[in-house]
Amino acid sequence: MTPALEVVGLTLDFRQDGRALRVLDGVSFRVDAGRTLAIVGESGCGKSVASLAVMGLLPENATVGGAIRLAGRELTSLSREERRMLRGAEMAMIFQEPMTSLNPAFTAGEQVAEALRLHQGLDRAAAFAEAIRMLDRVRIPDAARRARQYPHQLSGGMRQRVMIAMALACRPKLLIADEPTTALDVTVQAQILALLDEMKRETGTAVILVTHDLGVVADHADEVAVMYAGRIAEQAAAATLFARPEHPYTAGLLGAAPGEGERGERLASIEGTVPDLRAPPRGCRFAPRCPFVISGCIAEPPPLAEVAPGHLSACWRAPLDTVLGQAA
Amino acid sequence: MSALLELDGVVKRFPVRDALGRRAGAVHAVDGVSLSVAQGETLAIVGESGCGKSTLGRLMMNLITPDAGSVRFAGEDLVRLSPAAMRARRRDMQLIFQDPFASLDPRMTVEQAVAEPLRLHRIVPRGEERARVADLLSRVGLRPELARRWPHEFSGGQRQRIAIARALASQPRLIVGDEPVSALDVSVQAQVVNLLSDLIRDLGLTFVLISHDLGVVRHVADRVAVMYLGRIVEQGPAEEVLTAPKHPYTRALLAAVPGHGVKAPPIEGDVPSPIAPPPGCRFHTRCPFAEAQCRIIQPELTGAPHAVACLLDGRLPPVRPRPERLAGGERLRRLQSFFRAPAPPTGAQP
Repeated sequence: MTPALEVVGLTLDFRQDGRALRVLDGVSFRVDAGRTLAIVGESGCGKSVASLAVMGLLPENATVGGAIRLAGRELTSLSREERRMLRGAEMAMIFQEPMTSLNPAFTAGEQVAEALRLHQGLDRAAAFAEAIRMLDRVRIPDAARRARQYPHQLSGGMRQRVMIAMALACRPKLLIADEPTTALDVTVQAQILALLDEMKRETGTAVILVTHDLGVVADHADEVAVMYAGRIAEQAAAATLFARPEHPYTAGLLGAAPGEGERGERLASIEGTVPDLRAPPRGCRFAPRCPFVISGCIAEPPPLAEVAPGHLSACWRAPLDTVLGQAA
Repeated sequence: MSALLELDGVVKRFPVRDALGRRAGAVHAVDGVSLSVAQGETLAIVGESGCGKSTLGRLMMNLITPDAGSVRFAGEDLVRLSPAAMRARRRDMQLIFQDPFASLDPRMTVEQAVAEPLRLHRIVPRGEERARVADLLSRVGLRPELARRWPHEFSGGQRQRIAIARALASQPRLIVGDEPVSALDVSVQAQVVNLLSDLIRDLGLTFVLISHDLGVVRHVADRVAVMYLGRIVEQGPAEEVLTAPKHPYTRALLAAVPGHGVKAPPIEGDVPSPIAPPPGCRFHTRCPFAEAQCRIIQPELTGAPHAVACLLDGRLPPVRPRPERLAGGERLRRLQSFFRAPAPPTGAQP
């Protein structure tokens, strides 16, 4: 089966003051129709720019390398105009703060209808009627009335529902949700994530969920890619990743999330900070913070390699059972 | 244990004005809150945006004056203190904010920022200031050489350490942390949570943690108070409240935490406006168990040590824990134990 999205060897350089800053360094992943791939990592790991690269939403000073294929079609060779026509029709994105993505001068209904007019050629009346139907499908109560309201009249959760309705109006093959619930309260977050799951099942769209929240990943992702400093550190089915992480960074990250383990027990603390991308470590980028580092880690970057069927880790010391064996 | 901080029937309303400046009601931010925090205890106040938890934190510090009720610190009603007496009291209580970018003055070096409370409260003679600042910085895990630098030269986690050092400078007895780790990445957050836990233990601090993050709360709190629309709906020992919640709102909150928590019916809709909170139990508009009486009678917080404000208490189905999807077992614990030990220097052989 052709994956809904396949990204191979993605690189991204930002030109800045005459120099190039490499923020993505050979990132590969795929996501199938009706599945959710979570991309997790901390600030600056490249998870958001990777999704912007897929959408074709990067600024002028960015250079993208590698392949991005949407349902088998190569996107990197398309013109800006061709990419623009794909957005909203075949691929859509929702962001953390719906207030900045919605136009304050138009009603919720008009904004959902715009995508339908542009990409599906519906007339104004038909598009607005369809918009009300979409708002109803994302469980906005009293959708016909809400469709005539402006963004500032809606709550944060309601705005994110409008964004989801806009994104899914044209049944895109791919939906990228970049921290879609980070600005929301936890009970509203639960509602929005449940809605995304439900819409994914109904429409068969592939979902990329960009998040820093491992709990969200555990509950809503099928596959997970963990990013660190512009590269993928580990990739696996969600259940496998949480039960048997094969990259030290993943293990540390899981231990750093409070809420597990004994109360008062010290959290796993990944010492130090993420590397400066202007001068990244020559070898493994996690090596300066890794408790399992050996000389090979510093000499050469580890490739993302299969350690078990469907389980990839970019670590010279994986599988990590050997590390534990030596330590025992 | 004696109470260091005691709130009794505290009310705070903020007037709302219409476009013409006329009074058009009030936000019922805190509406009749009573609680006490024992010396050396960590109390977490949890709830969603607009529940009044941050206002409550400011009331505890007497940074804003309540419309009714009393705030007693070490037996003294702060509301009745003269401004001079209150200024002297300030050294005993410090606030740490969420955003370390906003809480440090960009025109002050780290040394000036940390020394300011030392000077203000005359903690050490002038000549010993520099040494004390160095002590405080190493206490929060920063190299004393960094004292000459400016806030913008530091990452979010380091700035929060500086804010903690500044808070500790006056040797306070009470620290109120308003979402102190919420703006930090998870690995940095873990470092700061560990630091706060160590300081609380080593210095015998009384700590009030205001947080929406139940993971952090579960990790550090002795007791938990859950707020909804200006009122405490449940409070008690952390372990009990977080694993055997009684109030339908607490249950829904815990059920909504991704990755772990309890199984409970989800709640629909948004929090009602605090300008016109619902009559009766404030949660009845979203409560899956609400009965006719819940719309009329405002329930009181009853029971000790685990108290709940719910008319249906004792009649609700028991809660079941959800399977821990994040639990990784023995192998993961062993891997993580290497992170708890100090990391070997770069380039070292294992």
